[in-house]
Amino acid sequence: MKKKNLLQRSIIIVAVTLIGLYIVIGPRHRPTVNDFKWSGIKSSLRSNIHLGLDLQGGSHLVMRVKTEEFLKRLTEDNASAAQNAAKDAGVDVKGGHAETGPGNYRVVVDIGDAAKATEAKDAIQKKVELGDSSIWSYSNSGPQLSWKMTPAAERTLADNATTQALNIIDSRINALGIAEPTLQTHGSQSSHQILLQMPGVQDPERVKEILKGESRLELVHVVSPPSPQPSQTYNTEAEALASLNSGGTVPSNRRVLPYSERIEATRDASTNPEQKPKRWVVVELPAIIDGSELRNASAIPTRAGGAEEFEINFSLKKSGADKFGAWTGSHINEYMGVVLNGEVKSIAYIKSQIFDSGQIEGRFTKQSAEDLALTLRSGALPAPIEYLEERTVGPSLGQDSINSGLTASLVGLGLVVFFMLFYYRGAGINAVVALLLNMILMLAGLIIFGATLTLPGIAGIILTIGMAVDSNVLIFERIREELRSGKTIPSAVDQGFGRAFITIIDTHVTTIISSLFLFVFGTGPIRGFAVTLVIGLLVNLFSAVYVSRTIFIWELGRKEKVESLSI
Amino acid sequence: MIQIFKDVRIDWLANRRAFILVSVLLMLAGLASAIVRQATGHQAFNLGVDFKGGTVVTAKFKQRPSDVVVREALVKQGIHDAIVQPVTDKTDTVLIKLPLAGASETGTQAEVESGRARVRGALNTFGAEAKPDVHLANDPSAAYEIVGTDAVGAIAGAQLRNKAIAVTLAALVGILMYIAFRFEWTYGAAAVIAVFHDVLVTLGFFSIFQWEVSLTVIAALLTLVGFSVNDTIVVFDRIRENRKLHRRDSLYKITNDSINQTLSRTVITSGLVFLSVLAMVLFGGEVLRGFSLALLVGIIFGTYSSVAIASPIMVWWEQKIEASNRAMTLTLNAPVKSGVPRPAKTTNRDAFVPRTNKQSSRPGRA
Repeated sequence: MKKKNLLQRSIIIVAVTLIGLYIVIGPRHRPTVNDFKWSGIKSSLRSNIHLGLDLQGGSHLVMRVKTEEFLKRLTEDNASAAQNAAKDAGVDVKGGHAETGPGNYRVVVDIGDAAKATEAKDAIQKKVELGDSSIWSYSNSGPQLSWKMTPAAERTLADNATTQALNIIDSRINALGIAEPTLQTHGSQSSHQILLQMPGVQDPERVKEILKGESRLELVHVVSPPSPQPSQTYNTEAEALASLNSGGTVPSNRRVLPYSERIEATRDASTNPEQKPKRWVVVELPAIIDGSELRNASAIPTRAGGAEEFEINFSLKKSGADKFGAWTGSHINEYMGVVLNGEVKSIAYIKSQIFDSGQIEGRFTKQSAEDLALTLRSGALPAPIEYLEERTVGPSLGQDSINSGLTASLVGLGLVVFFMLFYYRGAGINAVVALLLNMILMLAGLIIFGATLTLPGIAGIILTIGMAVDSNVLIFERIREELRSGKTIPSAVDQGFGRAFITIIDTHVTTIISSLFLFVFGTGPIRGFAVTLVIGLLVNLFSAVYVSRTIFIWELGRKEKVESLSI
Repeated sequence: MIQIFKDVRIDWLANRRAFILVSVLLMLAGLASAIVRQATGHQAFNLGVDFKGGTVVTAKFKQRPSDVVVREALVKQGIHDAIVQPVTDKTDTVLIKLPLAGASETGTQAEVESGRARVRGALNTFGAEAKPDVHLANDPSAAYEIVGTDAVGAIAGAQLRNKAIAVTLAALVGILMYIAFRFEWTYGAAAVIAVFHDVLVTLGFFSIFQWEVSLTVIAALLTLVGFSVNDTIVVFDRIRENRKLHRRDSLYKITNDSINQTLSRTVITSGLVFLSVLAMVLFGGEVLRGFSLALLVGIIFGTYSSVAIASPIMVWWEQKIEASNRAMTLTLNAPVKSGVPRPAKTTNRDAFVPRTNKQSSRPGRA
């Protein structure tokens, strides 16, 4: 081997090692003298490597799903839908309301003619989901029809809402990239509580806000004369109500909603959006479509507002797009509103038929737009949630188990080092150097990718170390074989590396491919395992093959004629 | 130089029926254990709190003992699989999670009560519990009080379990494709069958001995899949190489030779990993036991299966294909292409001539 080649290799190895070491134990600020002391290195190490809930602990949050809100909304929606259905069927509807309270969720519809009660009931049950007698028990007295939710249904629906909230919170946590939280139901079944434990996150308040976000999106028809007239908005809620001419109550097919009007973006500081008074609009009920028809949502910069202002682009699923396309096609020039959590965010007139996409405008910052898009993608919570309890807890594996696990790993590592030095003598040093370098660079890789280390991740490290040792064993055994077959030492080393390299590539690529599957499609522990394994194996191709080879080149290059090799 | 093996000549494939019989028996034993337990109302697997939920007891101490001491007290009461988690912002409080007893999937009030009673039994070793109507601080004779008992659901519900299985199967398909690309379909299939075997046997051990299955065991199973495939590929790689070097030898002989040539590597690598994992079983503590036991069993069978399962299956399959190819050639009576070696003249019943079309089409090694 040529000297120049050796020099080049050495420079690469030393540079990579130093960079790796700095990433692992160096501080993330301009280094001071203190950072080179043992205590400084230890504290940098601790802040560089993120440990998961199982190894380090984190926050412990108990939240409650306000299922009574869910039942209330469901009852109210059914009440207005029932009145509309009856009116559509030509029944004279005098009024109606929803009674909501624990143990009493009731839809009441008053009709003008008691004789038409059965006809009205049938008409309503055909269109509104009040016909299921396992959920709603129907009764009527004279002109008053009522559907009461059965106690069993109340329980089941509330439980379902909790399960649904749990799944949505789960997908939001995943989307936030929080490593391996634990999420489980908590308390007795009727308490509708969820327990979330997650490792230390940088901004827990933001996470809490995102998890709480209801993100109920609706697209509604705004009651207003069509364009080119401006959209009809009102200065106060009372004004809006008065426009309905219904004696101060909101009819079943209308809603009065606040509208935080978007101000045309100007650089003028005096137009503070917070101070702009709220306006009110009247919209039609039911909504054209709601958030359940959403396919995707993403934050994009608003064209007019420059980089600081963001809006949300959303697209609809096939079924929603069909509905939306049909509706917009027949309402050209009329006004449509985007409603988020019961507040109108924007109003626009329909220029032409729209099928599957739209925007939510509203002077979002980048962060708030991205957070909102995330919650929209994960779906709306069926009911609001409230936080009951917040604590920080220690590692779930227990500090004692972690310590004994650490001891066991060191014993195992010691055994490996001892054996390699004993069995392969001089070449064993190559293996040990390669192994240590592998571990440093693997940690550096984990830090670069911001991965959180958990027990499954450690399992990945164990497999990596196993395969790293294996790579060395493969190479050394092969060199020995070549030596036995009578080759000269340099050619045996050459052949040994060449042959073993093919095997090493095959084993590594196979494992990396399978880990990529685990990483892309897996969740939680499976993903943590895959991350460390992929990083570790990529590093190993460098440390076990390139570095070990360089040491051999150096050893063989020292003497003019090589007569023995310690292997 | 110290050497473990010198020029080994073991006829591994001659024992293939015995190997496969042993494996099938082991798998059947595991399956039988799972089925019998399920049928008699017991649990097929001893699932931990991760998988089926349980009870979380919040205990407040005057002087909080360390986690080790709390866990020892629990183990003495026969609670082996509890999670002991200190509350760090209230230094006198500890959360103790324990899985549901028995096979039930949901926590009833009675379950929660029994969990509380079991924990109380363990904690009484630290002193008396505060009287129910007296606060801990006001009861001089008390050492601790249980401030809350709640049922908790599973962390890894059925959904996560199914997803984990689906993802692992997808990863195995990935392995199959890559090996098929680098070697042959038969090699890939044999490797994947061997991996299945390893996972099933390991799960069998968990059912038979009722070791606790927690989320960490899933990580261990993924690790053993990696080890097993790694081992199998090393042997296959040697077979591929030897087939090129010794074209006249039967696949049967080449496979035996390849296993023998890689034997010292197999023993060293697996031995080292085995020893490291053994250290973890011995010194790793109660919580990591499921994890380390799964690895220990997995490494033994992962190594065994690359020799005893993957190789025989591959040889058997290749021979089948060869036999059917030969039958085709005979019926078509097509002229044999030049350069194709004639069938070996040995009378060995396992004689085999390598498939020539693949060989000639493979490019040389880099």
